[in-house]
Amino acid sequence: MPADTSELKGEIGPAESDEIIAKAMSWREQGKGVAVATVVSTWGSSPRGIGSQLVVNSDGSFLGSVSGGCIEGAVITEALDAISDGKPRLLDFGVSDTQAWEVGLTCGGKVEVFVERVGE
Amino acid sequence: MKSETLGKLAEYAKAREAHARVVRISDGSETVIFDEHENGNLNAPSTIIEAAKEAIRQDNSALITDGEERYFIHVHNPPRRMAVIGAVHITQPLTQMASLAGFDVTVIDPRGAFATAERFPGVTMMDDWPDDAMSKIAPDSRTAVVTLSHDPKIDDPALAAALHSKAFYIGALGGRKSHGKRLDRLRELGFDDQTLKRINGPVGLDLGGRAPAEIACAILAEAIQHLYKGSKL
Repeated sequence: MPADTSELKGEIGPAESDEIIAKAMSWREQGKGVAVATVVSTWGSSPRGIGSQLVVNSDGSFLGSVSGGCIEGAVITEALDAISDGKPRLLDFGVSDTQAWEVGLTCGGKVEVFVERVGE
Repeated sequence: MKSETLGKLAEYAKAREAHARVVRISDGSETVIFDEHENGNLNAPSTIIEAAKEAIRQDNSALITDGEERYFIHVHNPPRRMAVIGAVHITQPLTQMASLAGFDVTVIDPRGAFATAERFPGVTMMDDWPDDAMSKIAPDSRTAVVTLSHDPKIDDPALAAALHSKAFYIGALGGRKSHGKRLDRLRELGFDDQTLKRINGPVGLDLGGRAPAEIACAILAEAIQHLYKGSKL
């Protein structure tokens, strides 16, 4: 599942909503493409609660987290696609993802992540 | 998410106002809700807007469905705060319990000997007079104000400041008799009876306990009840 994250520059960790907003604004001011990913629903135990966010820019830099690190790679890939095509998307990561089980997700639950481009 | 939306979110966060962003999952159209204000291009059914207002009050972000559409309500609330006036015995368990419950606690007591850091580890202490302290704290709709000093010179100015604010909870320690006298003094300052109803006195839920920690528990419980169920109980 995880996309190639070797080119990504950032730190996965909880960030307050204020920090996410400030980072999105400063990246926009620098003329970068920006997308925000937000956890909109969870089922079962999941490491980050509803409303947790990850902000990504067109260079692949990011701040925040939407899980304990297990789905960030895939979310960032989708975020870069959203920056390109401008379309919002709802991503569904669930227990049916056998690969997720194999890599030993701590969650064992289900999480939906909404990804949208910022700006214009 | 539009750039203007980011600006609105930053503006409301800076002003410490409880607000929410509502976004339609299908197309990303959005609105930012604060009080009766809506800022955005989302023409959502009124049920969605009402749900957002309730979500703000409950401090509970949620994904909701209306017909074919799904909406995400993202609540942004500033940290809850509690200003406690009077560094007395009850203040010690109250500040500890309130901190555990997620409140950012400040203790105000102009009598320097009472408000020492050793007695209140991990709590912000202010030895200003309550009117000065309260204007620095600037209570908002996420702030509880509790007076415990038993000294009208200290408690009354704090209560007056709290009544002029949007504090979600105001509590004042004292029996029925002393509460009656307190209300008389505040009436003389020009507060009407409707406004004075915002003061919870005798303070705390009626749990029956008398020990300082039990009273502290009753006060914190009442504050939490107001936070989630409003004051119209």
